[in-house]
Amino acid sequence: MQNADCIVIQGSNMAECHPVGFRWVMEAKRRGATIVHVDPRFTRTSAVADIHVPIRAGSDIAFLGGIVRYILENERYFRDYVVAYTNAPTLVSEAFRDTEDLDGLFSGWDPEKGRYDPATWQYEGGPQTAAARSDPTLEHPRCVFQVLKRHFSRYTPELVEEVCGVPPPLLLRVAEALCANSGRERTAAFCYAVGWTQHTVGVQYIRTAAIIQLLLGNIGRPGGGILALRGHASIQGSTDIPTLYNLLPGYLPMPKAGRDVGLGRYLENHTARTGWWSELPKYAVSLLKAWYGEEARQEDDWAFGCLPHIEGDHSHMVTVSAMADGMVKGYFVMGENPTVGSMHGALHRKAMRRLDWLVVRDFALTETADFWRDAPEIERGEVRSEDIETEVFFFPCAAHTEKDGAFTNTQRLLQWHHKAVEPPGDCRSELHFVYHLGRRLKALYAGSPERPDRAIQALTWDYPVSGPHDEPEAAAVLAEISGYRVAERRPVDGFAELAADGSTACGCWIYSGSYRGGVNQPARREAGERQSWVAREWGWAWPANRRLLYNRASADPEGRPWSERKRYVWWDEETRRWTGEDVPDFIVDRPPSYRPRRGARGIAAIAGTHPFIMQGDGRGWLFVPNGLADGPLPAHYEPQESVLRNPLYGQLCNPARIEWRRRDNPYHRAWGDPRFPYLLTTYRLTEHHTAGAMSRWLSWLAELQPEMFCEVSPELASEKGLANGGWATLSTARGEIEARVLVTERVPPLRLRGRLIHQIGVPYHWGSRGRTRGDAANELIGFVADPNVSIQESKALSANIEPGRRSRGRRVVTSGRLELGPPPKPAERDLPGVRARPGGAHGSAAGSGGGETKGGA
Amino acid sequence: MGLWDALARWPVVRQIREGDLRALGDTAASRRSRELAPRTRVADRVVRSICPYCAVGCGQLVFVKDGKISDIEGDPESPISQGCLCPKGAATFQLVTGSHRLRQVLYRRPRGREWEALPLERAMEMVAARVKATRDATWEEEDAEGHPLRRTLGIAHLGGATLDNEENYLIKKLFTGGLGIVQVENQARI
Repeated sequence: MQNADCIVIQGSNMAECHPVGFRWVMEAKRRGATIVHVDPRFTRTSAVADIHVPIRAGSDIAFLGGIVRYILENERYFRDYVVAYTNAPTLVSEAFRDTEDLDGLFSGWDPEKGRYDPATWQYEGGPQTAAARSDPTLEHPRCVFQVLKRHFSRYTPELVEEVCGVPPPLLLRVAEALCANSGRERTAAFCYAVGWTQHTVGVQYIRTAAIIQLLLGNIGRPGGGILALRGHASIQGSTDIPTLYNLLPGYLPMPKAGRDVGLGRYLENHTARTGWWSELPKYAVSLLKAWYGEEARQEDDWAFGCLPHIEGDHSHMVTVSAMADGMVKGYFVMGENPTVGSMHGALHRKAMRRLDWLVVRDFALTETADFWRDAPEIERGEVRSEDIETEVFFFPCAAHTEKDGAFTNTQRLLQWHHKAVEPPGDCRSELHFVYHLGRRLKALYAGSPERPDRAIQALTWDYPVSGPHDEPEAAAVLAEISGYRVAERRPVDGFAELAADGSTACGCWIYSGSYRGGVNQPARREAGERQSWVAREWGWAWPANRRLLYNRASADPEGRPWSERKRYVWWDEETRRWTGEDVPDFIVDRPPSYRPRRGARGIAAIAGTHPFIMQGDGRGWLFVPNGLADGPLPAHYEPQESVLRNPLYGQLCNPARIEWRRRDNPYHRAWGDPRFPYLLTTYRLTEHHTAGAMSRWLSWLAELQPEMFCEVSPELASEKGLANGGWATLSTARGEIEARVLVTERVPPLRLRGRLIHQIGVPYHWGSRGRTRGDAANELIGFVADPNVSIQESKALSANIEPGRRSRGRRVVTSGRLELGPPPKPAERDLPGVRARPGGAHGSAAGSGGGETKGGA
Repeated sequence: MGLWDALARWPVVRQIREGDLRALGDTAASRRSRELAPRTRVADRVVRSICPYCAVGCGQLVFVKDGKISDIEGDPESPISQGCLCPKGAATFQLVTGSHRLRQVLYRRPRGREWEALPLERAMEMVAARVKATRDATWEEEDAEGHPLRRTLGIAHLGGATLDNEENYLIKKLFTGGLGIVQVENQARI
């Protein structure tokens, strides 16, 4: 990041939430970079930025769309890069219709199924291969470039002002800063965090940034990119090796019921014809070999039949609503505190009251562990502890200093932490817990002749143990993740060595090589000052220790650096290999002049000029022909609960979003609900960590941030009679909470269409336990989700605020409807064809889920 | 020790003798102050670690003295953090050594009003038995059309982003690969 010439931080308060990472932004600034911060609040990030743009929470696509339009209309795109490396020249099917034609819907909406069919979003002539028809002059009316231009033509500075509250000169300053700092000689970067992801259109926020970065030629180059600033030590690792329902390790899809019947069908459905995903069978068979060992035999589909199948969405909120309906009996919660950290804590507690058993593993008794004796509904007498049947087990956990293991940080870097001391008392690592639980279950199921018990019997589970507590060796687990040759159990060098014939086993193909040569690669610690700035000898980055993805794009189509200033990876004609500062992210001996023969398949189909090797056509996608549930291009939709009507489309909200239409999850009017006139957004503080289990119990941190509060502007304070340092009650249809008031000019009201929009900022770390206690902000927020990754919308919703401690701690789940009197006239969020979406189980409606997950906390 | 020695250690005397009349120099320091050394210097071992809070991945040095953690500092050799830690990272010492940490397994029986202590081994046995009973009672072998499901929706899991990769791997392998639990989720959606 230090190499960037311009950095736009949006949807993140990086200086306060990732302070040490922010040092590299400051280093870039010291070298002359322009720093832009786009955020509803003026924070310490804004204080050191060159430009701060106050924006209405929930309107970022319109703002970024305005930049896309500026780039296209003023011909500021990096033409050589765009023509060669993106799908701008590719022709789109004649059947495609845009949101601009259909009042906010793309073609392909199926009103009966309540979702899109992406058939009309395809390239002309079908599959996404390099052979798709294209027009390198970018003139053809149906080429992606022209489709893009038409799609964003309405996102003018005036419209941006109307949607976002950003005056045109400010938008133009940001657009110009980006354009002036992009091209051959310069690069610009974007940074985001959950301020972008936690929306019903979260995935499309990042997509809009991707369009800007591809148009400006800022992907795969030093100082470029889009950086997700993630909030947990190994949230990237737990996405790569997914504790997520829809994925197997290394982003292999979970088998789908009725579709992936048998390994043959699974491979057929998910193996790409061209590009790197054509290698999927090698990775899938190696995974089965790692999990089921000798029981994974060719004649038996490598034990594919042991894997469970999914249908639809089994993500967190779907699971919790099923739990609230009594469908889930047992629940493990490890190192997470959902009654505070997730939306609608009261609904979570209702769900847990219906469990037979709950296992919580943490440092101390969190609000989740104590849900049965400490909650607003228990305090109010609406629920009695002695009526709750749930059996609860609390296991104290080991700290990271008491166990070996690796975290994967936000830049895909695996770093090993070594055990310093033994854990005290009954404290144990999760590795210990899961290993010994597995050992006991294998014993309980041993000898069972039942078909369902074959998987647990076959599962390889022979990790060496050591120490006073029989702790399994984490390095042995890493060795399995990295992969080995089955015959001699020799570690493989990397995923290139994996095979689909059962000769190799590998627990996660993208991590393959992390135990190369029997060496724990994530534990490498060559000091930063003793190596180049890329620091290839510190830790290990997936894949193949590459530090910058798609870095072949840092060279021009002929393989030469775009400029001396931005040289990174290039083709060396003498050695006939790609070389440079980093491990090249390309077939290392494939020359730029290589062209696939007609009908080429697999990796052979990747041309020497196509850096985006994971895509079937080798190009960066400005337009996404498939893989997204809500459209091939981003369009501005309002949040589920907005203060404004969508000025662009009759379809106000993302048509594919997931709603939960339940009595215990009421929504406000689509926009302008008179009961909830203010815009509320949540955020984090430097001194606390997410749901607080690792910070609220520490006196050092509790003293620094001792009390729950909310931020309001002086204008709103005088309108409502709120006093700085006094109390306020915040409410939504889900619940009411109280907080201290901080009156500050840091959350300025915005003027939109002549109306003043007030925004309220609320940190979400507090709960009823720990050394510093306060109401949990997430109690205010309902269940509603993005259709691609099932992430909730917590960064923009409507709410009310009143002065004083008026909160009675009511929750709609147990107190009944909170608002008296008739509900206000409804306002339709959806066009008629979308309104009739079929209801699913547990109140959910629309959305098929199952996309790739990225971009959480 | 003679009287003269005792007098010579008296700061007033030293101030006069050493010309440090304002007592801003070395004369104000006691021997104890001079001999104090940071905990980091007297540690028996230094163990390399990574900050457990956010995903920046700052390097940490864990100092161990007499089998106990005596301090945690930033690792100056880390190319990411160059020795820095933020307020949370700097509080890691309290996170891992603080009195808030529970050391005992606790159990709340159905309709119970209090936590009870439970031996670890017994608790493990009870959880394993409940997993088996719930799984067996809620097993779905196939859907209405006869397509394989081979799973249970009766058990769910949450958590992973604060854990190690190796732990996530065993959770996914045992719960999904071994037991057919598909509702396995973490903070990535939060």
